[in-house]
Amino acid sequence: MTEFLRSDVMIAFAVMTAVTVASRLGGYWLMGYVNVTPRVRRMLDALPGSIIVAAALPVAVNGGPVVVFAILAAMAVTIIRRNDFIAVITGMAVAAAARALGFGG
Amino acid sequence: MHATHIPKARAYWSTAAIVPGIIAIGPMLPGTLAFGMAFGALCAQKNLSLVEVEVMMATVYGGLSQFVAVQSWPEVLTPGAIATLALLTLTVNIRFFLMSATLRPWFGTLPAWQAYPSMLLVTDGGWLAAMRYRDHGGADASFYLGGGIVLYFTWLFSAIPGFLLAEQLTDPRKYGVDLVMPAFYAAMLVPAWKGSRRAIPWVVSGIVALVVHWLVPGWWFIIAGALSGAVSAGLMDEPEPQRPADVPA
Repeated sequence: MTEFLRSDVMIAFAVMTAVTVASRLGGYWLMGYVNVTPRVRRMLDALPGSIIVAAALPVAVNGGPVVVFAILAAMAVTIIRRNDFIAVITGMAVAAAARALGFGG
Repeated sequence: MHATHIPKARAYWSTAAIVPGIIAIGPMLPGTLAFGMAFGALCAQKNLSLVEVEVMMATVYGGLSQFVAVQSWPEVLTPGAIATLALLTLTVNIRFFLMSATLRPWFGTLPAWQAYPSMLLVTDGGWLAAMRYRDHGGADASFYLGGGIVLYFTWLFSAIPGFLLAEQLTDPRKYGVDLVMPAFYAAMLVPAWKGSRRAIPWVVSGIVALVVHWLVPGWWFIIAGALSGAVSAGLMDEPEPQRPADVPA
């Protein structure tokens, strides 16, 4: 590598940034033109849980038994102790331990 | 995340919520650091310079999209290759569109010059923590901004040790780093559970996401599932008014 800041790389980053900034601002901007009826309100209220499930479930299923088991362990810990920190550490530790023991996925 | 019928206070700024906001994203910090280190190690393998990596951390600021993009980083950046990277980034990050939409009812009463820059800090963890705070009646925008700024700088610096220690971090999965976001998501889903009726959109979202994940390459499954879940909630009848016992403290 001869340069620290190559111009073609910077152009790629600029385009990726533009797309991401548009995503971050666009939803907020659009909702300024939407009349928040009870129906729209129900849709907005359902969004957080829906995003969580849509983002995590295929990754979990695709990740195999170790990932599914680690996520279930994190949820179990959350039900017992409402502590996000312990839940994340549990998920990571279960996956790391299972892989160290030779389980795939 | 579903307390619908409680009137919520207008947004305001105070210093009182900065520390609680930082504490709320605290569980994300070790995972963010680990994820950023793994990303830095990946970038070193792809022959990006540390300065370039830091520019990307500071500007794109979307961990999963950066990971996906650098994993498929082309040898030569032709205009076509850059367009492909942009589309890839869009499919991963379009969920931020939905997240910032859900922040409108809260931040909408603030002046635009305060609200729009705040939206630049939307991340999975920061947004989730802020939504839970709002759900419990919180209105102080500093809660979201305080946590968001700490997450930003943690992410910004996290790649440096990873880049320098690239040799030791070639397999982040060994340390369970890929579980950081799923485990945090799972932990957020538990307190959001408010009975099976409210979970119907989640089921719709999950089924659609799985089907799209199988049928369509890329990351479209997130937006397809999330939108389906929201639309199904819109099609459902108005729920029964909440009993007082259901109202969060």
